[in-house]
Amino acid sequence: MSSSSCNNSACLNEARRVAIFGGTHGNEMSGVTLVNLWVKNSAEIQRKGVETKPFITNPKAVEKCTRYVDTDLNRAFTPENLSAPGGDNLPYEVQRAQEINRIFGPKESPDAYDVIFDLHNTTSNMGCTLILESSKDHFNLQMMHYIKKAIAPASCLVLLNEHPLLKYSTSRSVAKHPVGLEVGPQPQGVLRSNIFEAMRVILKHALDFIELFNEGMEFPPCTVEAFRVLERIDYPRDANGNIIAMVHPNLQDCDWEPLNPGDPMFQTFDGKTIRYHGSGTVYPTFINEAAYYEKQQAFVTTRREALVASAIRKI
Amino acid sequence: MEPVSLPPLSRVAICGGTHGNEMSGVYMVREMQKQKVHRTESVSITTVLSNPRAVDACRRYMETDLNRCFTDALLSAPITDSTPYELRRARELNAQLGPKGSPEAVDLLCDLHNTTANMGVCLIFYSLDWITLHIYNYIQSKMTSAPVRAIQMDLPISEAYSLESVGKHGIAIEVGPQPTGVTRADIFNMMKEAVDLTLEWLQKLNSGSTFEGGEVEAYTLVKSVDYPRDPTTNDITAAIHPQLQDNDFKLLKPGDPIFLSFSGETVKHEGEELYPLFVNECAYYEKKIAFHLAKKVTLTFPSISVRKED
Repeated sequence: MSSSSCNNSACLNEARRVAIFGGTHGNEMSGVTLVNLWVKNSAEIQRKGVETKPFITNPKAVEKCTRYVDTDLNRAFTPENLSAPGGDNLPYEVQRAQEINRIFGPKESPDAYDVIFDLHNTTSNMGCTLILESSKDHFNLQMMHYIKKAIAPASCLVLLNEHPLLKYSTSRSVAKHPVGLEVGPQPQGVLRSNIFEAMRVILKHALDFIELFNEGMEFPPCTVEAFRVLERIDYPRDANGNIIAMVHPNLQDCDWEPLNPGDPMFQTFDGKTIRYHGSGTVYPTFINEAAYYEKQQAFVTTRREALVASAIRKI
Repeated sequence: MEPVSLPPLSRVAICGGTHGNEMSGVYMVREMQKQKVHRTESVSITTVLSNPRAVDACRRYMETDLNRCFTDALLSAPITDSTPYELRRARELNAQLGPKGSPEAVDLLCDLHNTTANMGVCLIFYSLDWITLHIYNYIQSKMTSAPVRAIQMDLPISEAYSLESVGKHGIAIEVGPQPTGVTRADIFNMMKEAVDLTLEWLQKLNSGSTFEGGEVEAYTLVKSVDYPRDPTTNDITAAIHPQLQDNDFKLLKPGDPIFLSFSGETVKHEGEELYPLFVNECAYYEKKIAFHLAKKVTLTFPSISVRKED
């Protein structure tokens, strides 16, 4: 998307093509349910001047109510995968990634969709979380600022994953402005009414923002409080790789709260406490996410950062 | 009631991973095996990972729900090439811990489960059985970390379909809420406490203690309620209402909300006052159950002690 600076505002093209992805993980039910609803009746997501397309990204996984069939779709959008030959012999999710890249991309080209919202749930107690992939995406920063203000006093936090090693190739990364929406806690395969409605409200405000932007509203510079991903912490394991401890009761459900050196972190199955021995206070999140046991992650640490968004308006 | 005396209960089986993604039991059994927990003074303990393939895959089951495979009929049906994995596994478990209904069966079979429903610690058993009622009473009187309740399944043993029916006495320990695939320390600790108390009670019984009779409240299932569905697609059209969600065991009265539809309508409970359980259990979506409804009953039991053999 071309942008230029005019009078200290970033001037950006209108966001004309927007997609809402559900079922990137087939057992994360809020997104599956919302997208299915909107595929049948899209009135709620229509906005003037925007084409908003609801889309189930991983239908086979949704049908089986499982996270994925062959491989995690939300890690599959690497350049290698997107250009891999092999057609039907490729893992299902790699085929899906190529298909999604055809419809909504190509990734990093001028033809890519403007915005993609990717709907997720987590078993972690993260509340409503918006996931940002770049601290320099002023459009996304302004959107997130708008959403946070709109739902106050209810909270919606921003997680920034710009870490060169820990960031991953998400379904939404096909778009110019990828927005992850993670709401928890919710068990896999379960639909909780409060979680579902919270996600729905956030999307409503997100689409309102896009409509306002497209109509010409200028958004002044603002600061967005965010949590920047620092590192992934695995479970303690024995020599055979078996997990030997659980997230400590004092840490369980305490996403976004400070974890200080010396604080309890894990509890072994025979009752001993393992403490955090980092050099300073961190803010853990994705604490005890079911899907991350196999990815060697008990939680990620973050630090708080104020991100500055320049003013934006449409060209 | 007349006091009851019985022979010592010397053989116990602790089973976990009957559903491969219910993690407390999986880790409980693994830990007991690691610590080589084979016996207390008077009780020999067998620990079993019931569905190892499902545990490896972190799934509830591979082909069919193992915990529905233990009816007399299913245990005796002929095995063919197309017999699902879990039915074969049920035979193996029946041979190892049973056979169901025979004198060789373990004295007590304890099967460990988790639920996504907010049920705290819930003991499930078939038939009026003094042993299981005493264990329930004992655990309830000693556990402070969670509410302890019991569900009595009203089925004759021949039709009993779950693993614990293989033992001479059987109890399922269900602890929630916990998502599938997740191990919560607080939930694990509750499960461990319940298992430790069970073994402690057996040990005390075998050593000559008399346990006084009394009364306990339990729940018996009356019916189950499915989600509202679209008549053409059969898709669910509503979620458990926020006022019912997490309120297992809280009396449901006519007019109380039970579902909130995606288009904003509230569906209300009609009919008699009953207690909801297994509210929003993830495995029950495919069984077309949003929640069960139960009535409360008071069960009386006699004092119990071990028959001294001279």
